[in-house]
Amino acid sequence: MMEPGLNHVLFISTALFFIGVFGFLTRRNLITMLMSIELVLNSVNINFVAFNKYLWPHKLDGLFFSIFVIAIAAAEAAVAIAIIINLYRSHQSIDVENTEDLKF
Amino acid sequence: MNEFLQIKLLGIFSLGMDLGWALLMIPLLPLIGFLLLGLFGRKYMKQSAGIFATLLLSVSAFLSLHTAYGYFFKYGKLEGVYQKIIPVQFTWLQFSPGVSIDLGILLDPISVMMLVVVTFISLMVHIYSLAYMKGEERFPTYYSFLGLFTFSMLGLVMSSNIFQLYIFWELVGVSSFLLIGYYYDRPSAVAACKKAFIITRFADLGFLIGILILSFYSGTLDFNTLIEKLTSIESTEFKSIASASFIGISALTWALVLVFIGGAGKSALFPLHVWLPDAMEGPTPVSALIHAATMVVAGVFLVARLFPIFSMSEAALNVVSIIGITSALFAAVIACTQTDIKRVLAYSTMSQIGFMMFSLGVSGQGGESGLGFTAAMFHLFTHALFKALLFLGAGSVIHFIHSNEMKDMGGLRKYLPITHITFLIACLAISGVPPFAGFFSKEEILLAAYHHNMTIYWIALATSGLTSFYMFRLYFSIFWNKEYIAHGEAHGEGGFLMMIPLILLSLGAAAAGFIPFGEYVSADGKLLESAFHLQFSIAPVVLGLAGIFTAMWMYKKQSNRSDTIAYSLNSFYKLAFHKFYIDEFYFFITKKVLFNLVGRPAAWFDKNVVNGLINAIGNCTIFLSEKVKGFQSGKVQQYAIYFLAGVIGLVVLFIYIWK
Amino acid sequence: MSGSTIIFYLLSILTLVSGILSVTTRKIFRAAIFLLFSLIGIAGLYFWMQYEFIAAVQIVVYVGGITVLIIFSIFLTQQAGELLPQQNKKRVLFSLLAAFSGFGLTLLQIIQHSFNKTLESPILPTMENIGNQMLGIDDNGFSLPFELVSILLLAAMIGCIVIALRSKPTTV
Repeated sequence: MMEPGLNHVLFISTALFFIGVFGFLTRRNLITMLMSIELVLNSVNINFVAFNKYLWPHKLDGLFFSIFVIAIAAAEAAVAIAIIINLYRSHQSIDVENTEDLKF
Repeated sequence: MNEFLQIKLLGIFSLGMDLGWALLMIPLLPLIGFLLLGLFGRKYMKQSAGIFATLLLSVSAFLSLHTAYGYFFKYGKLEGVYQKIIPVQFTWLQFSPGVSIDLGILLDPISVMMLVVVTFISLMVHIYSLAYMKGEERFPTYYSFLGLFTFSMLGLVMSSNIFQLYIFWELVGVSSFLLIGYYYDRPSAVAACKKAFIITRFADLGFLIGILILSFYSGTLDFNTLIEKLTSIESTEFKSIASASFIGISALTWALVLVFIGGAGKSALFPLHVWLPDAMEGPTPVSALIHAATMVVAGVFLVARLFPIFSMSEAALNVVSIIGITSALFAAVIACTQTDIKRVLAYSTMSQIGFMMFSLGVSGQGGESGLGFTAAMFHLFTHALFKALLFLGAGSVIHFIHSNEMKDMGGLRKYLPITHITFLIACLAISGVPPFAGFFSKEEILLAAYHHNMTIYWIALATSGLTSFYMFRLYFSIFWNKEYIAHGEAHGEGGFLMMIPLILLSLGAAAAGFIPFGEYVSADGKLLESAFHLQFSIAPVVLGLAGIFTAMWMYKKQSNRSDTIAYSLNSFYKLAFHKFYIDEFYFFITKKVLFNLVGRPAAWFDKNVVNGLINAIGNCTIFLSEKVKGFQSGKVQQYAIYFLAGVIGLVVLFIYIWK
Repeated sequence: MSGSTIIFYLLSILTLVSGILSVTTRKIFRAAIFLLFSLIGIAGLYFWMQYEFIAAVQIVVYVGGITVLIIFSIFLTQQAGELLPQQNKKRVLFSLLAAFSGFGLTLLQIIQHSFNKTLESPILPTMENIGNQMLGIDDNGFSLPFELVSILLLAAMIGCIVIALRSKPTTV
């Protein structure tokens, strides 16, 4: 086996991204959908860090981007949880099938 | 407008109105009456509508009489031949250099005569209606319709262009429709006016096609030019129209027969007569004006107007005379069995128009052989007078006893003296008893028939015998027969406004026979010597008197002689009583044949195929939109998958296709 | 076959398998735990790539914060006990299709593309360098995004409180 290089890391991040996408499209529970979103965000982070390390080692931009993405992901997760709790209060369920109020 | 035809309108002070304006005022005054009464009558002129219309019409009548006086005695004649004068003409629609619809006024003997007839009878009807239609809710509307009718009829007789005549022809049909359906809350009246309009409209199709054929071959729509081009044998137009043929009949005959069909519809000749008896649903003065004296003779007028062309086609004249004599006999037979006085008079009208028609049919163009033409016009003139009188008299009777049926009448001579005398005069006139008007005009018709076609002569003679029989049957049933029992309070005869027209018309019916018509109206405009053959007139007079005495024997006293005779002629009587089932035949054709074979499939096609197509398009749209609607499902994951698919698609697009 | 290679493969297997299990399991609590393992695997990858700071941040924020938050929300919405309902097969199929096609496409691009390395001398991601750049205001400084992120966090916090606030019952 060869030395793991950029391509390997990118493979990991791509796979994780699409696992997250699959999870988002398939899951029925809002919280599990949120978990899939977190996977997607993490894959993006890996991407940034990998590019930073292998292609542009003279800068730290990728790293900083990842830091900010993490921060924003945290904020977004918090807001999402707040919304889910609110939704739970009004619909007594967090099944995404029950949130079709904005139908035609 | 000819400058040199200055007419001094009033003898005292000369208005200097030239002929064109005076002639234009004649139809325009009733038109103004129609417009004003139609628009403002119901609100502002409830009481005064009648007086207003009558005044307008009396001015019109005066102008017509003045025109007639001037035309016949002063300026109409040129070297002993009456000229066709066109004082007013203006081009309206130009289709091509030769063919245009002009609007103009044509004066010639028949149109001037008709002007006098129409305005005079219309005036009598206007005066009569002041009393007869008093208290009607829609009094002003009635007078406005009368004004419309008078305008249309006057326009018709004064037209100088065949298409203009067609326009007024249709207008007359519309006015008739409006007036028959005047009592629109009666379903029978509504049905009658629709029937009249539809039948005459259907006949007018023939008229229109005839006009088109004539104008196609002669290249013009103007009467004078039309006659000029199609009556000279050497002209190219005549050659082309006479040589072009369709199923072995020349185009000229086709055109004339089609035009005659239009005339036959309007004049209620067999077999397009079925609307005339039903048209009696209208008010009686309307029946007097339209369906006795003026509109129904429009067909006769049309043939007379185009007579020079008709005389070029022997076949067309034959058609005219055969239809005429058939209608005359047919109607006379039916009239002997009817019990509603207005319907008897309607069939009588149809019979007399048949007389006029066949008289035109046996006529030649000029000289001695042109007697038929003059006789027809003469009979038109006298018939207008006595038929209007008969209808107005019938109106007076109906007004008195509030019923149309003969069985409710009888012994009315004590209660309605003036009506009685005038009705008697009219009956004597129509029966051809000298010295009343009908005798002279009928004798001339019979003479013309005698000289041309003996079969027609014998049938006409028999018909005139029948005429006097059924007229006097009517007379005796109304005024003699049984004693009248008055129900409720008996009011007297109608007021003097109803009596004046009766008296004036009876004077006309009595004296009009003495007018030497041949001097004024003839086929070629020249003087026609009408010799009075004493021995010839014995036969019709004898037959007439025989008819009178038969009727007297059967109807003067109450008896069952009429019933016995009717019983002995059993099936024939039934046929005649049911008007030979012509109405039923038409019903059969329209309902069973046309509706089922043409109407229903057409309706099915329209509903299912045409409508179905539109509905299918609509349903398609609904279906598609339902599908598209599904995109907005409110499901986030569905949105996400579409999003993803779109992104992947775009990526593929950008990377591989649009490098 | 060096040790770092083995470690890399182990970490990647942990990450991916935990990820797959997290999105397919039917018990919600287990999904949260598998997410936790996946995040730890990612932190391990960061460690392997010698970006320790990011790894630490990952563990502190994601593992210690967000996962705990998720677990709390599971409890708050009383989801812990029952099995999650299954999705219908058609949905799963289409999602698989979409995911795989996307994956294949991206992978294709990655393999075909030749990534050019730069020739400049690297900066080590030490705390000192990171700290200097984070609050620096020169060309490579990130103080502006830093301040903005802090404002964002404040806004998010306020927003969460407002959204999740239980509305007071109105007095009669």
